[in-house]
Amino acid sequence: MIHDTTIVFSRELRPVLRDPFSVIFTMVQPLFFLVLFSPLLPEETGLQWFVPGMIVMSCLFGAGSTGGNLLFEMQTGSHERMLVSPLRRPALIVGRALKEIVPTMVHSVLIIAITIPFGFRPHAGAVLGLLMLAIMCVGLGALSYSLALASKNKEWIFWAVQQTISFPLLLLAGMLLPIEGGPAWLQFLSKLNPLSYLVNAERELFNGEVLTANVGLGLLAAVGVAALGLWVGTRQMRQAVA
Amino acid sequence: MTDTMIRTSALTKRFTVKKETVEAVRGLDLRVTRGEMVALLGPNGAGKSTTLRMLTTLLPPTSGEAEVAGFDVVTRQREVRARIGYIGQGNGAGHSQRGRDELVSQGRAYGLSVADARTRAQELIDSLDLGAVADRVVSSLSGGQRRRLDIAMGLIHAPELLFLDEPSTGLDPQNRANLQEHVVRMHAEHGTTIVLTTHYLDEADALADRVIVIDHGKLIADDTPERLKADHAGDRITLTFDSEDELRRAEGHTLGIAAVHNGLTLTLRAAGGRHLVPKLMRGFDEAGVQVSAVEVARPTLDDVFLALTGRSLREENQA
Ligand SMILES: Nc1ncnc2c1ncn2[C@@H]1O[C@H](COP(=O)(O)OP(=O)(O)O)[C@@H](O)[C@H]1O
Ligand SMILES: [Mg+2]
Repeated sequence: MIHDTTIVFSRELRPVLRDPFSVIFTMVQPLFFLVLFSPLLPEETGLQWFVPGMIVMSCLFGAGSTGGNLLFEMQTGSHERMLVSPLRRPALIVGRALKEIVPTMVHSVLIIAITIPFGFRPHAGAVLGLLMLAIMCVGLGALSYSLALASKNKEWIFWAVQQTISFPLLLLAGMLLPIEGGPAWLQFLSKLNPLSYLVNAERELFNGEVLTANVGLGLLAAVGVAALGLWVGTRQMRQAVA
Repeated sequence: MTDTMIRTSALTKRFTVKKETVEAVRGLDLRVTRGEMVALLGPNGAGKSTTLRMLTTLLPPTSGEAEVAGFDVVTRQREVRARIGYIGQGNGAGHSQRGRDELVSQGRAYGLSVADARTRAQELIDSLDLGAVADRVVSSLSGGQRRRLDIAMGLIHAPELLFLDEPSTGLDPQNRANLQEHVVRMHAEHGTTIVLTTHYLDEADALADRVIVIDHGKLIADDTPERLKADHAGDRITLTFDSEDELRRAEGHTLGIAAVHNGLTLTLRAAGGRHLVPKLMRGFDEAGVQVSAVEVARPTLDDVFLALTGRSLREENQA
């Protein structure tokens, strides 16, 4: 199983290694928010508050849309080819989902590097924050692949669902604006969103608070999403037919 | 080692789409022995791909059974997968990948070491003339190059049984001939058992030891191309006349053979065409009928299909 997962993982990673700049092109979205949105934030929030949210956002959009690659391979035929190979079915999704860690980490490090000259100061706890983020992006990646498998040959379903889910998750997690000041119903919805816990945890970790309840909740949310994603994805892949 | 590579009994696949049931494959009984090269021939929608997908573990049969390389396709999927090669209708190589990378990872997937996979990839790149494009991104390859890469992917582990779904569809005649050559060579050099689907009659005729004709999910004939033609279709004699008038008079002198009338031509179908023509001509001569052209053609698989179904495969494919 580890052998098979490694094969799938390295196959997925190879185009990225062959063409590293492609990773940078996929991170324009958080960059736009950093450049065009963060200057509008009130004084008291600032980059220390905003950047950890942007890192989670890059994971949400990066890993969340990765199913599009699988969808394309389902259409061209290479997914079918891999289904016929002796690779264990769960490896086909686990290897793919694990690969999401690489672009997510590259994006995060780049976002941090870009914002440091503008006054962003990450605390050492950020390392733990990135680890947590890696776990979350595996889960989101696996869910995105599951959605691709479920959409079958209807590409529009995948993109419609992906967009419809991503934006509420983004807004309700308080990545752009604080949720605390909002109405009670919005705060309630925010509590249902696992990304909210991750965003809170990241903010505390990047600012040097490590052993807090929020960090624990964030970790729990990341592990929960990863477990759910891999479980759903593995089930789907086992049942996949061409 | 068993000599039967594929055995199916009453293999059936039904699809239900929006409450409508499509019987894609109905009760197929097949047997393929080691070393055979078999073509599944049939029009679009006949159920060829569905059959291949069941045999390659991609689709569970609705009912019936199939054993491939000695293992049940439902209960022993991993064993089947390890022993077969499958080249589907699409492109096996990922479009964002490089050909050589895909060959190596395919080799790894079939249990080769990295070094062996590299060596094997190079062998296949050489033998399939992919040297110039193997290190390019797959999406930049031409249709023919991609298809050759697909073949290389399917052969990486030198499978004892290879399935090819419409290997040459969409290729120009030159690339088709080139690809067929590769398939023939593989079969001759390694004794690989090959099952391919095609809706090209000449392809089935040229490649296959045995042709299995499928229509509406059912097997309607199964024999060597020669036997099929001898059993189901005679030679075709085409007579062309200068006028409707001549043609009409000729119709009374066809030695009792049924003639199909089309424009200014009459088509007769009978065994031993070469011996019949002189007799026919003598009859026309005596009756004073002028024939402007005579043509005798050996039957094709299309004639077989026509005889079996009343439809022409050539026209079906164009439709
Ligand atoms: N996944 C599917 N869902 C529903 N119908 C299908 C599916 N696959 C094939 N069919 C139907 O089954 C029939 C046989 O298809 P197929 O095996 O692809 O034919 P062929 O390969 O001979 O052209 C067709 O009527 C096709 O529309
Ligand atoms: Mg087909």
